[in-house]
Amino acid sequence: MKISVYRYNPDTDQKPRMQDYEVRPFQGMMLRDALLEIKKQDESFAFRHSCGEGVCGSDGVNANGKNCLACVTPITELSQPIVVRPFPGRPVIRDLVVDMTQFYEHYRAVKPYLVRTDPLPEQEILQSPEDRDKLDGLYECILCGCCSTACPSFWWNPEKFHGPAALLQAWRFLADTRDQATEERLDALEGPYKLFRCHTIMNCVDVCPKGLNPTAAIGLIKDLMLEKGF
Amino acid sequence: MSIPSRHFDALIIGAGGAGLNAALQLASADVRVAVVSKVFPTRSHTVAAQGGVNAALANVLPDNWHWHMFDTVKGSDYLGDQDAIEFMCREAIPTVYELEHAGVPFSRLDNGKIYQRAFGGQSQDFGGDQAARTCAAADRTGHAILHTLYQQNIRARTHFFDEFFALDLVRDKDGIISGALVLEIETGEPLLIEAKATLLATGGCGQVFRTTSNAHINTGDGCAMALRAGIPLMDMEFYQFHPTGIAGKGMLITEGVRGEGGFLVNKDGERFMERYAPRAKDLASRDVVARSIVTEVKEGRGAGENGDYILLKLDHLGAEVIDKRLPGIRESSRIFAGADPIREPIPVFPTAHYAMGGIPTDRFGRVVVPVGSGSEQVVAGLYAAGECACASVHGANRLGGNSLLDILVFGRLAGKDIIDFVRENPYQRSVDPASLDEAMGRLTRWDQKGSGVPAHQLRAEFRKCMEDHAGVFRTEEIMTEGYQRLCELREQFKDARLTDHSKVFNTARIEALELQNLIDVGLSIAVSALHRKESRGAHSRPDYPNRDDVHWMKHSLYYREADRMDYKPVRTKPLTVESFPPKERVY
Repeated sequence: MKISVYRYNPDTDQKPRMQDYEVRPFQGMMLRDALLEIKKQDESFAFRHSCGEGVCGSDGVNANGKNCLACVTPITELSQPIVVRPFPGRPVIRDLVVDMTQFYEHYRAVKPYLVRTDPLPEQEILQSPEDRDKLDGLYECILCGCCSTACPSFWWNPEKFHGPAALLQAWRFLADTRDQATEERLDALEGPYKLFRCHTIMNCVDVCPKGLNPTAAIGLIKDLMLEKGF
Repeated sequence: MSIPSRHFDALIIGAGGAGLNAALQLASADVRVAVVSKVFPTRSHTVAAQGGVNAALANVLPDNWHWHMFDTVKGSDYLGDQDAIEFMCREAIPTVYELEHAGVPFSRLDNGKIYQRAFGGQSQDFGGDQAARTCAAADRTGHAILHTLYQQNIRARTHFFDEFFALDLVRDKDGIISGALVLEIETGEPLLIEAKATLLATGGCGQVFRTTSNAHINTGDGCAMALRAGIPLMDMEFYQFHPTGIAGKGMLITEGVRGEGGFLVNKDGERFMERYAPRAKDLASRDVVARSIVTEVKEGRGAGENGDYILLKLDHLGAEVIDKRLPGIRESSRIFAGADPIREPIPVFPTAHYAMGGIPTDRFGRVVVPVGSGSEQVVAGLYAAGECACASVHGANRLGGNSLLDILVFGRLAGKDIIDFVRENPYQRSVDPASLDEAMGRLTRWDQKGSGVPAHQLRAEFRKCMEDHAGVFRTEEIMTEGYQRLCELREQFKDARLTDHSKVFNTARIEALELQNLIDVGLSIAVSALHRKESRGAHSRPDYPNRDDVHWMKHSLYYREADRMDYKPVRTKPLTVESFPPKERVY
């Protein structure tokens, strides 16, 4: 099986190139297994990976033009020859390793933590199962970055548009009945860029390895803004 | 050569649950704290914990911390220190409430309280009926907790060094730990981080085995740094094999599956756990279930073409329960085992999972070493918490749901103790250049050119050797053979070479640095296991099938220097209650 991977090492290379490798496939092989096999053949090849089971979010790559998490992408789902590139739109550090600083900055910018102004109870803050259900499809995000780096609006305005991953987390806290900072959160999302650059292209939904729907979450934030008279 | 340096009050190495909970205490108290992590914090392996965290909240069934304590002491096969266990089980309750207040999206009961499920080894009333003590966020509890802790650290403005690899601890002229030399992975440049207190929170070392539930990053870095600093590792022979890893692959299938009512069957469809643990059955302690599975397979009752696994059946729970309580398991099983548990059983076999042992600490996370005969002293300014540490609350076998608890309780307490320590020791000690050179040597050693065994090849051989010789069942013969081979590999390591000497994001170099850690920690497991001539908890020897409290109710201490062993007594006296004397352990 032939795999073509993007190679660039700033220490030695003037410019990036594609390099082909021959990898022996096996039953149940994931794209990460194939990349590990390449690494065995050529230790200079660099990519991030860790848990191997789709929860740590380290090994997001672009395979055959679509962002995916390598460890949960069976090679049988990819047509050959498989072409693996780094996430689009991010500065490349080396090979498949990209600089995700800006992505994390947008995440931090939405204040992704529970804000509680009331005094805390001695035991847990009560929450009904129905209210807790509102967090399903939101809290499971693994911050892999597949969505934001597949978003054309994020490609155009990476400094100003928060992108789908950060906005999904913005909604995760707006949707949490325990959170008491709704007004401040909505205030912070006002303006033409941070939230409103989403044009419902839905690439984010298409690529999310956890089956989450940032576009829907962004829609719900907009609805809430209307409801609150913003 | 001049190495740039940064100064902090406290340095935390590792950004999993223990490191982040410690950092949160420190940052919230306005202590200048740096967290160094070789991966972005939410990639730490706490993220993969599934089932939940134990605390006697009594939300579902009657419960109290004292029953939790009894179960933990019994689960430890009476090797756990009862003062630390009492402390952990008491602290569990406020710790879980604190997490909930911080935002963890726990699953909920109809009355709005935190959902709790049954897990192995849990009982009401000191060995009575099954308890339900494990607080869960579906089957993604570790993910929910790790992300929440990272988020709260954003709020608290903790200083993060993401994708920095810790090379080694550094000392001052008096030998006091005064920070660490780290490597910025992106640039390949070293950085000295000087600190008044240093916390090792580097997590597990499952990568010493070939088949493991542990991530690629779990290479025992903190344990190896401690060993190189002359500190012994405690109880390393006690390594937990989780009963239910996906067969042939090792990914974890939570004990929560059995807690929700799933059970194990052999190829004949027999619920074989009834034979091994008539009362607790599938919810017996992990060591018991893992041995039962291996025995079934050895005796020819394994399922599948090669008869080399067992089946975990949960289709009878119904799609609704599975999707609500075990959605992550359904996803993993479909992806990696090709089996949708709503319709068919999951093929499982034990997988290397958790180190009960580690860097010896007291219950405040302070590293302790023996002095003279019988007494021990605190290593000033050095702390350890989480899986890399040994408090010792798990003894010879850890109960499910107690590892998230351990990292949270002792991470938090270490953080609080460091606050006091840096107030009492306000001046930074200056790093001894010789100590810095030594740490740099670990890095520059890989600049050597020439032919030698490739580091990745050595890593693969080492892991295979550990798996074959230090697994679920261990005999003198197998372990002696294994030890000899491991020593050979340790010798070969001296000639190991890299072909890639570039600087920027050189992952081959990081893996080579990790290999040195794997070898040191792997040897500590093999040597400690070879010396312990009894069966206790996870350490199971067919040639010494019984527990021997007369000779072996003591903690092992392994020193890297000459593979030396030492021992220290178990602390059987709790803080406020009566001691639980050793009894035969049946489930």
